[in-house]
Amino acid sequence: MYRSAIYDEPLLIELEGKIKGKPEKVLPLSLQRKEKVNIPDLDETQIVRHFLRLSQMNYGIETGIYPLGSCTMKYNPKICEEISRWDCFAMTHPCQDESTIQGNLQILYELEQMLCEITGMHSFTLQPAAGAQGEFTGLLLAKTYHDFNKDFDRNEIILPDTSHGTNPASATMAGYKIIEIPSTKEGTVDLETLEKTLSDKTACFMLTNPNTLGIFEFDILKISKMVHDKGALLYYDGANINAIMGKARPGDMGFDIVHLNLHKTFSTPHGGGGPGAGPIGVKKKFERFLPVPRVVKKNDKYHFNYDHESIGKVKAFYGNFSVLLKAYIYILLMGNNGLKETSEVAVLNSNYMKKKIADSKKYELPYKGLRKHEFVISCERLRQEKGIRALDVAKRLLDYGLHPPTIYFPLIVKEALMIEPTESESKKNLDEYIETLIKIAEENTDTVKNAPSNTSVKRVDEAGAIKNPILTWKSLQRYK
Amino acid sequence: MKFIPNSAIKNSMLKEIGITDIDSLFSDIPKQIRIKNLNLQDDLSQQEVEEWLRKLGKKNKSFCEMPNFLGGGIKSHYIPAAVKSIISRSEFYTSYTPYQPEASQGFLQAMFEYQSMVAEITGMDIANASVYDGATALGEAALMCTRINKRKTFVVPTNISWDKRCVLKNYTKGAGIKVKKIAYNRETGKIDLDNLKKNIGDDTAGVYIENPNFFGVFEDEVEEISTIVKEKQSVFVVGVDPISLGIAKGPGEYGADIVIGEGRSLGNPVDFGGSTLGIFTCRNEFLRQVPGRIIGITKDKEGKRAFCMTLQTREQHIRRGRATSNICTNEGLCALAAVAYLSLLGSKGLEQLSITNFEKGQLLAKKITSINGFEKVFNGVHFNEFVIKCPDAHQLNKKLISENIHGGLILDSLHPELKNCMLFGITEMHNNESIEKLVSVLKECE
Repeated sequence: MYRSAIYDEPLLIELEGKIKGKPEKVLPLSLQRKEKVNIPDLDETQIVRHFLRLSQMNYGIETGIYPLGSCTMKYNPKICEEISRWDCFAMTHPCQDESTIQGNLQILYELEQMLCEITGMHSFTLQPAAGAQGEFTGLLLAKTYHDFNKDFDRNEIILPDTSHGTNPASATMAGYKIIEIPSTKEGTVDLETLEKTLSDKTACFMLTNPNTLGIFEFDILKISKMVHDKGALLYYDGANINAIMGKARPGDMGFDIVHLNLHKTFSTPHGGGGPGAGPIGVKKKFERFLPVPRVVKKNDKYHFNYDHESIGKVKAFYGNFSVLLKAYIYILLMGNNGLKETSEVAVLNSNYMKKKIADSKKYELPYKGLRKHEFVISCERLRQEKGIRALDVAKRLLDYGLHPPTIYFPLIVKEALMIEPTESESKKNLDEYIETLIKIAEENTDTVKNAPSNTSVKRVDEAGAIKNPILTWKSLQRYK
Repeated sequence: MKFIPNSAIKNSMLKEIGITDIDSLFSDIPKQIRIKNLNLQDDLSQQEVEEWLRKLGKKNKSFCEMPNFLGGGIKSHYIPAAVKSIISRSEFYTSYTPYQPEASQGFLQAMFEYQSMVAEITGMDIANASVYDGATALGEAALMCTRINKRKTFVVPTNISWDKRCVLKNYTKGAGIKVKKIAYNRETGKIDLDNLKKNIGDDTAGVYIENPNFFGVFEDEVEEISTIVKEKQSVFVVGVDPISLGIAKGPGEYGADIVIGEGRSLGNPVDFGGSTLGIFTCRNEFLRQVPGRIIGITKDKEGKRAFCMTLQTREQHIRRGRATSNICTNEGLCALAAVAYLSLLGSKGLEQLSITNFEKGQLLAKKITSINGFEKVFNGVHFNEFVIKCPDAHQLNKKLISENIHGGLILDSLHPELKNCMLFGITEMHNNESIEKLVSVLKECE
């Protein structure tokens, strides 16, 4: 069983290392720094040891199963990391003459084509740095499109109550009013409510399919027709596309604008929070508005094209190229057959776990039927009977060396555990996870509520951090 | 299939849960939209992929084969091997956003140290755990100004990059913020104070300046600018190049309220312009308006020091449509590289690096301007980038590339007023050989 290391690792500022003297005067007085920068001068040995110890108090996908729902924590092939660091890619400058970056341009061009094929869209931009930025870009495209058609009153975005938090946040940033609609008792879009909510003020309906309960929206074609009949657009949150690659495509379902999270489905590492990439795919009629520059191919040479009506830019240069490169390599490694196999096994693993956990009757499984790549169970009965909450179960999993699932999401399921095993886990790992969940439900309340005890720190007082924000060395010293 | 351990036992697993075949698992997808295959080639072996990428790599010319002197805010810096080793710890790079603090103390502590160091070099109170890049940091800063004082105009000078201005426009549109541009002084390359005074008013939410600016010139009248901005109770936003901060004043020293910047240069490769690292810092009083993730110190149940994400009620996963920003995924690993890099440099190393970059910037400018027909366009003090007017910039760059060296960034398409001007950039990475080569080719174009 995995055990985290436990160190009382000091902060770098608490290690030895003194800042001495005044800075050398190099600049005119009005610009010159008066005091030396307060960063300790330590030896490489101390620093490497410091960070190594920190790493040993951190859980990654290479440590073990990491079944965070809607996050698709799959294995990140080593070869993608290695190639992305080659000088021929990592040491190219974004403003070099086109003749000297044909390799990079070809990669961007071909990656766009591949993503078009996977999603059934007409064209892609690779510029957005993350899923949320993709959403924001997509909504800017929607606005520009409606404005272009002199359809100026469309200022509302509709989304289901199961949507990711970024959806409404991106809609607000793009200047829209948000209307959230409740899901049906089957956990899907309520067509009647949608019909009533849609109007000539609707800019877009944002949908994740399969949704965050892991349920495929079977009525997607009806939804698409309803939305388009009202002159609105259909937006696809692609966080969950690991469920359907080679099986179905958002483009064929009628979606107009799609974002993908390359750091989820296409296996680029999450890096403890980033960097990611959130490319946007669109149907033909939106192509003209995509961010600049676009990579075009002419006579077997690749070029940047700045020459079209466009929303402009959402990020400096061309997106997180190193992430895009890793995703490109991943798609080549998997190919048509591998991507399909990925979705098949991701869905199989999810349904396997769902069935076994539901059969145990230790947790409830709201909503009937198949799931796609993820499923949501509830600890509500555990809470009522034993006072054990989803948070407690999550912390107790850590004691068994396992990373917990996403908790308390989607909001419509009480005491939710949202589990996405991905295709990366073996049956043995899935069985171990299932058995551990069952065991925890049977444990006495105190044991579970006092968890974790095997981690580098015991349960963390997150509320305490808010009461008295200590966010830097400086504020720590002041506090002391 | 590689990376899919259960590939070989699909049928037995299906049987165990009472499902007849794989297709039945997808029977909830309407038949009309089900597909059989993607029109992509089948999988390649690792060796085949590597061979293909080598071929593509050969179509690029990296800094090693063809040194470039491109300015424009993104340049190669030397990355110590230890940085690469630290960020290659897969416990770090294969972890998710640290939602479970007990399993993420390592990354959380590293991010706390990142925030601390960024606050130190900028002279600010607090920093977040990163935004996407310098350009989106500017967009987020503009939105934050409006949240702070409810005003709807944001003032920026034209001596910032075109990319930034484009991104700013998109970030501010939704909130109904008007971006007011003020022209720079054509002689100094700096902000024109009279212009600033004329364009700042009671509706000005914030004013942005960059130090050094896009032309590489230091804004040295910052105290005056700060006073002008404060008189109108606007928020003073400053963009920095962190490499300069070993010697240059942190903007906290001259009254900045928000300091942002592109932090990629701290231990991250150029990577064709991404991955990037958006630095975002501010003064304490604006803490609750900050976008993105923030790491704080707290205690565990037994009173031991612990780290966790904090003030999460600002964020989208809690507050949804009313969050301070939509940002979720940030640039965590780039921030880790930055904190590793700054630790390895230390105070001394950062100072030395700043000096080297400054001195090389002066040296190269001197060498180039000693050639007939090449002159410096702005007389303000510059850091490691500067603008040169050349006889024929486009012709010159063609010639340079044919000699396997890349000149500066040609500015005419972004700044039509700077015809035949090149923005040169230089760092500790440019050795004497490449400098001499550049100079000798320029001399041929006298």
